[in-house]
This record gives sequence, structure tokens and C-alpha cells, in this order.
Amino acid sequence: MTVLAVAEHRQGELRDVSLEAVTAGRQLADDTGGDLHVAVISGDVDAFAETLAADAVDTVHKVDYGDEFNHDVYTQAVEQLYESVGASKLLIPNTVNGLDYAPAVTGRLDIPLVTDVVDFDANGQLTATREMYGGKVETELDVEGSEFAVTIRPTEWEPAEAGGGADVVDADVEIDESQIGSTVTGFEAAATGDVDLSESEFIVSIGRGIDEEDNLDLIEDLADTLGADLGASRPLVDNEWLPKNRQVGQSGKVVTPDVYIAIGISGAVQHVAGMKGADTIIAINTDPSAPIFDIADIGVVGDLFDVVPELIEEFEG
Amino acid sequence: MKVLVTVKEVAQPEDDFEIAGNQIQEKFLEYDLNEWDDYAVEEAVQLKEENDEVDEVVGVTIGPERSEETIRMALAKGVDRAVRVWDDPMEGGENLDAHSKAEVLAAVVEEEDPDLVFTGVQADDSSLGATGVALADLLGWQWAAVVNQFDYDLDSEVANLHRELEGGVEEVTEVEAPAVFTIQTGINEPRYASLRGIRQAQSKEIAVKNLDDVGVDASAVESRVTLQEMYEPESESDTEYIEGGAAEQAAGVAEVLRDKGVAE
Ligand SMILES: Cc1cc2nc3c(=O)[nH]c(=O)nc-3n(C[C@H](O)[C@H](O)[C@H](O)COP(=O)(O)OP(=O)(O)OC[C@H]3O[C@@H](n4cnc5c(N)ncnc54)[C@H](O)[C@@H]3O)c2cc1C
Ligand SMILES: Nc1ncnc2c1ncn2[C@@H]1O[C@H](COP(=O)(O)O)[C@@H](O)[C@H]1O
Repeated sequence: MTVLAVAEHRQGELRDVSLEAVTAGRQLADDTGGDLHVAVISGDVDAFAETLAADAVDTVHKVDYGDEFNHDVYTQAVEQLYESVGASKLLIPNTVNGLDYAPAVTGRLDIPLVTDVVDFDANGQLTATREMYGGKVETELDVEGSEFAVTIRPTEWEPAEAGGGADVVDADVEIDESQIGSTVTGFEAAATGDVDLSESEFIVSIGRGIDEEDNLDLIEDLADTLGADLGASRPLVDNEWLPKNRQVGQSGKVVTPDVYIAIGISGAVQHVAGMKGADTIIAINTDPSAPIFDIADIGVVGDLFDVVPELIEEFEG
Repeated sequence: MKVLVTVKEVAQPEDDFEIAGNQIQEKFLEYDLNEWDDYAVEEAVQLKEENDEVDEVVGVTIGPERSEETIRMALAKGVDRAVRVWDDPMEGGENLDAHSKAEVLAAVVEEEDPDLVFTGVQADDSSLGATGVALADLLGWQWAAVVNQFDYDLDSEVANLHRELEGGVEEVTEVEAPAVFTIQTGINEPRYASLRGIRQAQSKEIAVKNLDDVGVDASAVESRVTLQEMYEPESESDTEYIEGGAAEQAAGVAEVLRDKGVAE
């Protein structure tokens, strides 16, 4: 019952989720009584393999082809490795790049795929836990058969200790260049702006609950009065109500202030990824079942248009 | 040239909802066009508006009759006609298994023979985030996931695009058509349906098909994933709720802020 886990890297750095995938992979291998193999594809595979050769791993396979992630290379390499190591379980990080090849490789292998898994139990049949409805509910899913793939949500598993005694081998993989139809030509960083929220100690953050652009004055007023920096969830930035450097979350800033006040923000996983490291999280939301309350220290179930003016008054008065 | 866009009707639970068995009770659900698909529709419609060579934008959905209301919204925003596929074996599985959805969508793509397909990055309700790429690979086409900037050259049939990665980094990529692109929010500014658009949508065609019509075997759409349980997640924190009216709640928050020393 061999497990194949795939590492992830970008611009010369192994990403944190790779060692988390080792931990989850070990759990899966233990559940099913098998070995854990790890694939590292493209980039500085020698250096990456050294880190990935944790004691929890049996063998690390290096695929030395190209520099950066390319979904055609990953799809081919993972498909071939899965077959050649005799794997029956595949574990991939649930990241933007993970989701750019996991559906393809599982299609080719004809195995079921469960994405964004936060927990699983594979003693016997696989039962995977994942959220639905923006985190409002959790579900337990049964997966048919003994072969399957899961993509694991980042930061749900502890990272394995780096380095150790695992075997490191060159993978026996042939990449067919004629099957590569996309080319990465570079990277661009999103524009920076007047503030860098990752440095902020106090953030007032506003979400779609604000309803209209004109209402933003109220929150700017609050941030001013409190001497806090203004952050936002993605929809406000998508609407161009606020510049990109104000976006907190997976594709925006990761922030670690002393206090983070989330106002009218539901707490979708991609937002939470950027702010769960705050010391104290205060949530103001009309919806008592909003997932933001699952991680908040202080909860206010209420209408921001009632609570925020009172809060401004508290400090102006 | 033809562009196909997939659209899903998504369910959103009301603030207070109840779970019965392993589903949210129907009476607590509201339905809407998936947010990501709204951006995918806009991208497709803009491509047509900007290029005479694009003759048609076709919308495709897998969903029960109820979803036609949502599909009309896409038609009102400029999609020319739509195909809706539904059949008994798809009930339940449509939110669980991207591969079985891709089988159905692929059959429609093969019949319609478009040059490009736009999907959303994810469905707001099930959030599999996998259907677009599964579809592309099944067709033997190229793809790109999480596209937040898109430029298509009709002569070379190459898309120059940005993929939005984590942490504010974007990957710049070239992709050869035919291809499937999963569209990220913020890529454009989705239009509101105009009154005229809404009127016109009433007379646009929604072709209804079952599995037989699109030539997909029931066994191909059988979900290998089944839902066993649904529940509200346990809180990870000991949230201290501040009760009372707005003034009392504000006073409570103020006290916390003073306590933490961030505001005076
Ligand atoms: C690949 C990818 C990357 C993403 N990256 C990010 C990211 O970096 N950052 C990010 O934020 N999102 C990101 N998202 C989007 C994310 O999935 C959510 O769509 C988004 O976070 C929702 O923002 P929101 O909470 O403001 O809106 P909603 O989910 O619509 O929530 C609005 C909330 O406001 C509450 N509300 C409404 N009215 C009031 C009122 N009067 N008073 C108080 N509360 C009220 C509602 O109860 C609700 O909980 C990403 C998604 C994907 C797929
Ligand atoms: N039932 C469906 N009908 C039409 N399109 C769908 C359906 N399910 C998913 N899609 C498309 O695939 C995208 C990703 O969905 P998912 O993989 O389910 O998160 C959505 O944004 C839609 O464009």
C-alpha cells in the first residue's frame, strides 16, 4: 500500500506544505500499512531532496527536469512514478499549483480525487474530512476502492522534521517534451503600496459585509480613530474599492498583528490563511454561524452599521 | 470561433440553517450563479465583443431544472445560448466528484467543438477547485488554473496569461489552444444584467439534455465519493462572545482594545 506524496517548491525554495505532506503521507502510510515515497520534481532537486529525506520517509525520488513548476512535467512525472513505485495512494498539496495538476494526473490514473482535505482516516476504506459552503459545514466523505488521491490543506498537518535517513534516488522518469503545451516565462509580484500590512501591529479589516463602496468611509473613520491600519478581504480589492496591498489572505498579505478586527468577513479559508497568526482576533458579523467565529477570540454577533459607530464614539468621546 | 463557458448554480445556506440527515435542509438554501463563473462569463463575453471572429459564447451547466433561473442570468449578461444536462444518476454526486462532472462537460465540449473553454476556479458551495483541469485533461487539451489576467492572440492561438499563486506572486505563462482556463475573481468587472439583457435572455435557447443525449454512460458519472456525514464544525477557539446591544458590544470591544494596549 505504497503512498506517493509530492513536494512543492517555488523560486528556489521548498514550500512549507512539502514537509506537512510528509507528515500526512506518513499518517496515510501507517493507516494502510505501507511505505512512503516522496517525489520532488524540477528545480534544485538535490538540495530539496536533502530536506525531504526525513526519517518518516522511505525513499525520495528526484526528477531533475526544468527549473520551475510546469503542470505537464508534473503530470507526466507523477503518473510514471505512481506506476513504477507501485503506489496506490497519492498525496498532493492543495495549493494553486497542486490544483493545476492533481485533477489531470488522477484522471489519467483513473483514481478518485478528494481535494482540500483537512483530515482523513484510512484504516480500511478512506474517509476524508473536508468543508463545504465556505466553511459553514464539514463533511465526511467515503471513497470507493483502495486507490485514491487527496490534496491536503496547508497548515493542517505539522511539518515533519527536515533531513534524516531516507534513501534518495534519481527517478526513472521520461518526460515527453512534445506533450508540454505551456511555458512559464516568469513571475511578477503584485504591486506594493503605501503600507505593508505584514508589519502592522493593529489591523481593522473589512469584508463584503460593507455592502457598498460609499460605506467604506465608516471603516476608514474607525481605523483612523483607533490608529489601526486598514485591511480587507478579497472581494473589496477585486472591486477595486481598495488597492491590492490591503488584501489579507492566501493571495494577499500574511499578517501577524497583536489585534485583528474582522468586520463583515465570513472567514473563508483563503482569508484565514492570511490572518490566523494574529494574537487576538475580534470578529464582528451578523451571522452567528460565520466560520470566522471558529477562530475568533472575541465574538460580536451584530450589525457592523450599529456596532462600528458606537465603537468610534467610545474612542472619540 | 466559439467560446464555451461552464456555469454552476450554487447553493448558499442562510445565516441560520439546519442539517437534516447529511444535507442542509432545502428551505435554508438560496441559489445563485457561482461567483467565479460570473467572472468566467464576463471574460468570454468580452472576448466576443472585442473580436469579430468570435461568433458565439455557449454556456453549459449540469444541474436540475431549478438551475435554469441562474442560467438565464448568464444569458442576460451576453451568453448566446445554453445547454443544461441533467439525469437521475447525477443527483447527489454533482458536488463531490470533479471527474464525473468533467465526463459530462467533455461530452458537451466535443459536441459543440469550441476553441476555448472558461470555467470558474471553484464552485462556491462544494469548492472542489478541480473540474476545469479535469475537463481539460479528459479532452486532451491544454489548461491553466487560477487565471487572473488573460490575453488571447487569435492568429497564433496562444494565450498569454497570469496565474495567481500564493503570497501575491503571479506566474506569467503561455498556453496553446485549444485550452481550458479556470478564471479567478478580480480578472475583470462582471457586468450587471441590463433590463434589455434580461428581456433578451427570455427568448434565448436553453437546450435540455440527458446522459443519453450527450452520449455518456451512467457508469461514467457514478461518483466514487459519497457523502456520509455533514455537521457544523467545532470551534477551534474559546470564543468569548460579547452580548447585549450595539453600545454594550462596542464598550466590550473597547475594553479589550485598551486591555491589549493597542488603543486608548
Ligand atoms: C485561489 C483563491 C485565492 C483567494 N485568496 C483570497 C485572499 O487572499 N483573501 C481573501 O480575503 N479571500 C481570498 N479568496 C476568496 C475567498 O474564498 C472568499 O471568497 C472571500 O474571502 C470572501 O470575502 P468576505 O468574507 O468579505 O465575503 P463573504 O464571504 O461574502 O462574507 C461577508 C460576511 O459579511 C457578513 N455581513 C453582511 N452584512 C453584515 C453587516 N451589516 N454587519 C456585519 N456583518 C455583515 C456576512 O454574514 C458574511 O459573513 C480566494 C479564493 C480563491 C479561490
Ligand atoms: N454542475 C456544474 N455545471 C457546470 N459547471 C460546473 C459544474 N460544477 C463545476 N463547474 C465548473 O467548474 C468550476 C469549478 O468547480 P468545482 O471544481 O466544483 O469547484 C466551476 O466554477 C464551474 O465553472
